[in-house]
Amino acid sequence: MPRTKAVKSNKKTIVIMGCGRVGGKLATMLDAAGHKVTVLDLDAYSFRRLPPTFSGTALIGNGTDEDMLRKAGIAEADAFIALTQGDNRNVMAAQIAHNIFKVPRVICRIYDPLRKDIYEQLGLESISPTEVFADLLFNRIEKI
Amino acid sequence: MKALYIVIIGGGNIGYYLSKALLSEGHEVLIIEKDTRKCERLEDELGSCCMRGDGCETAVLSEAGLNRADVLISTTAQDEDNLVSCQVARYRFKVPRTIALVNNPINEKIFKELGVDATISVTNAILEHVEQEIPAHPLIHLLTMSGHMEEVVELIIPKESPALGKSMGQLRLPADTTIALLLRDGEKPRIPDIETTFKENDRIIALTTIDSEKILEKALLG
Repeated sequence: MPRTKAVKSNKKTIVIMGCGRVGGKLATMLDAAGHKVTVLDLDAYSFRRLPPTFSGTALIGNGTDEDMLRKAGIAEADAFIALTQGDNRNVMAAQIAHNIFKVPRVICRIYDPLRKDIYEQLGLESISPTEVFADLLFNRIEKI
Repeated sequence: MKALYIVIIGGGNIGYYLSKALLSEGHEVLIIEKDTRKCERLEDELGSCCMRGDGCETAVLSEAGLNRADVLISTTAQDEDNLVSCQVARYRFKVPRTIALVNNPINEKIFKELGVDATISVTNAILEHVEQEIPAHPLIHLLTMSGHMEEVVELIIPKESPALGKSMGQLRLPADTTIALLLRDGEKPRIPDIETTFKENDRIIALTTIDSEKILEKALLG
């Protein structure tokens, strides 16, 4: 389910786990759009991806640790997005956010399409970049 | 006993000794391990009971015949991997029993909530023993009934016990607590009745609940 682009003017509190290329970019975009953003990453060096204008919070820590998530303000978050390199880490953190902290909107990146299907069936909103990108390329080639 | 088909994720120390014990009890065991060298060593030691692969991947688990597995035990050092193996086993392959090693003790509660049947936390297990060995705590937990609130505890009556010289009938014990056994030096173990009076150094085995434990402790130990 792709999210619609129309961001309403109300300010949301968003926790992002993983400050890689996607996580860093998304955090930057949401921050610029006026939302309250907290980014979590195990490696402080990842935060170089955030621009000097970034007004959110960057926290060093493990997003699969319940205590760390609480520190990141998960209990008050409107949305949680799991974007680390590890499918299992994403799945676990997303389920903690969804089942334990009842975050209203949780989105989880799962590279492995089979694993994505299983967790979609369990009610976790998931995106497989593998699937999305392969589809995109397939459609472009088909159009030639 | 019926021989079970048991799949173990992770061929480290726990996976190895677990497999050895289960094989000797006549069960069918398969270890799934990512590392080729670990796999070879396991096969050398235990015979052909190891498969190389990622124990979180549906294709690998399918090849391992997880459909007919009775138990899946995930023993890796990564909690997230243990969680996903157990969930895929349970929800995709309908494995009736899943057991996960939990490295961060806080995850025990979370895993149960997320559908893992049983969790083992080494840290919590050690902590319980540490607390049992400290003599300043004369109430010792012997056993917790799984799935219930009941537990079996041992108490040693100290010098300053308010129960000294009183009979069982005079003590105000919680209704859900039973004094099951009295062990006294030089006497046979016996079941105390309402006439029984307690002496210093009596060892008492009681069946109680987590809620009533404190009241029992106060009545017998002060």
